[in-house]
Amino acid sequence: MSSEAPGRQHLRRFWRHRLAVIGLLIMVTVAGLALLADRVAPRSPTAQQILLRLKPPGFKDPRSGRVAWLGTDHLGRDILSRIVYGSRVSLVVSLPAVAVSALLGMTLGLLAGYYRSVIETIVMRCVDLQLAFPFILLALSIVALMGPSLRNIIIVFAITTWPVYARTTRGVVLALRAQDFVQAARSLGASDRRILWRQIAPGVVSPVLVLASFEVARMIILEAALGFLGLGVPPPTPTWGSMLADGRDYLRDAWWIALFPGLAIMFTAAGSNFLGDGLRDMLDPTLRNVEGG
Amino acid sequence: MLGPLVWRTLQSLLLLWLVTVVVFGLLHLTPGDPASLMLGEQATPEQIRDLRHALGLDEPLLTQYLRFLGHAVRGDFGMSIRAQRPALVVVLERLPATLLLAAGAFLFALCIGMPIGVISAVKRLTLWDHGSMALALMGQSMPVFWLGLMLIVVFSVNLRWLPVSGWGGPQHLVLPAITLGTFLIGLIIRLTRSSMLDVLGQDYVRTARAKGLAEPSVIVRHALRNALIPVVTLLGLQLGLLLGGAVITETVFAWPGVGMVTVTAIHQRDYPVVQCAVFVSAVLVVSINWAVDTLYNVLDPRIRVAD
Repeated sequence: MSSEAPGRQHLRRFWRHRLAVIGLLIMVTVAGLALLADRVAPRSPTAQQILLRLKPPGFKDPRSGRVAWLGTDHLGRDILSRIVYGSRVSLVVSLPAVAVSALLGMTLGLLAGYYRSVIETIVMRCVDLQLAFPFILLALSIVALMGPSLRNIIIVFAITTWPVYARTTRGVVLALRAQDFVQAARSLGASDRRILWRQIAPGVVSPVLVLASFEVARMIILEAALGFLGLGVPPPTPTWGSMLADGRDYLRDAWWIALFPGLAIMFTAAGSNFLGDGLRDMLDPTLRNVEGG
Repeated sequence: MLGPLVWRTLQSLLLLWLVTVVVFGLLHLTPGDPASLMLGEQATPEQIRDLRHALGLDEPLLTQYLRFLGHAVRGDFGMSIRAQRPALVVVLERLPATLLLAAGAFLFALCIGMPIGVISAVKRLTLWDHGSMALALMGQSMPVFWLGLMLIVVFSVNLRWLPVSGWGGPQHLVLPAITLGTFLIGLIIRLTRSSMLDVLGQDYVRTARAKGLAEPSVIVRHALRNALIPVVTLLGLQLGLLLGGAVITETVFAWPGVGMVTVTAIHQRDYPVVQCAVFVSAVLVVSINWAVDTLYNVLDPRIRVAD
């Protein structure tokens, strides 16, 4: 429906937004590292070399001549390699969790905002409920009960975060359904289903997209928090959170074990947050004509 | 006047009831048998059967829930399996430490975040503004537990200014409060900025300027004082977030609060304590939200409860 011009306008606004471009670059870099971990990582992330334990960043192994750029941990594992591989878990947890909860929340938010009645009551009480719990406490307890595994962590994140999207979506739907173009469609005899999916749903996509990119950052940090507390993806899989937990015991003698995984988490989360900020700027509904969708 | 308040109160009560359903479901609807989970892998079938019977797990789910609800409203969550004391006592005796930590964090975050937010609003769309917003985003991207560890490395291990962890004098509070507070700074910067931008566009600010008042006086005495009301209110509603952050902060610093006792209980499979802690946190959040809304409604007649 929309002509090419508004799309180009969006893109231009995005590229002008310096933080957004940085965010995009960061996310592409991390995704690249995760995909190509086998080629990028200098060593195996799980190979232990007890003789080379707790070596500082830049340490050169006199025998092999190889350099541990970010040092080694308490088992002599190469921290750089573990960080590169750790990006996999981080993305494999956060991206699907966000995708599932965003789709679920958006659908329920659409139905709640459009049809109101019982479904709205139920969805909104779920929203209240989600806000009533300290999220991490709930996630921790459920993961502990279900057993910490990649699949369970994704499920728990998805089922506990969808209300965030439902709340936003419902708000947008309530505003949209009062708009002239929706009234016009209705008076032309369009069915509820058609109005909901063809007229209203497209207007919901942008805010959900913005929210989702902020949520990716939150999920990355939460996944790391679970790992840090010993309830993340179990070893030997390297995760940033569990690396931090390892580093905690060696703060006195080997600060680098804890420093670098934390930087990796912050770098990636910042990338996702920057991206969200740029998307919000680009898609700001107050700056564009909503009917274009 | 009374209508919305009564409605809001009923909503909070409904919410608390839903909280009991979740807390009950937490243990009973997750896969696996709670009794064998609690006892661990070495348990004999007889032990499991006895515990199942003792916990009433062999009865219908609804009966179990009603009994749980009956006990929960009286604050009875059973005995802590490890401590052999009532779970509620185990959790509540840790509450003051968590509240102290939260208050310290709140204070620190306000002291840092508010001025930055104000500068950002006053110098809107300048380098200051962009810098502050980038700072806010960075703050939101930082894992609190990592910040805590790094603060320990710098201030406790290397400079030896502050204790590594634990509970004691005021110096024990400094690092945990900074850690948890940083978590809130980004939020405070954003809230203060948008609230200030709102207020700066108001007539009374223009009047103050027209009277010839000095700019700092306009900003601090006229604008900021009004801008703070929504900031503090919205922050009050973020208590859930703060309690969540406290769970991790307390673990990093071995701060003896509700968060640490919960994480320990989770690792020890001490489910009465876990259930009780989750319930207490939710009750805290719901009642504070209710109180904030109610106060707001009473104090500011312009604001009425939505719906």
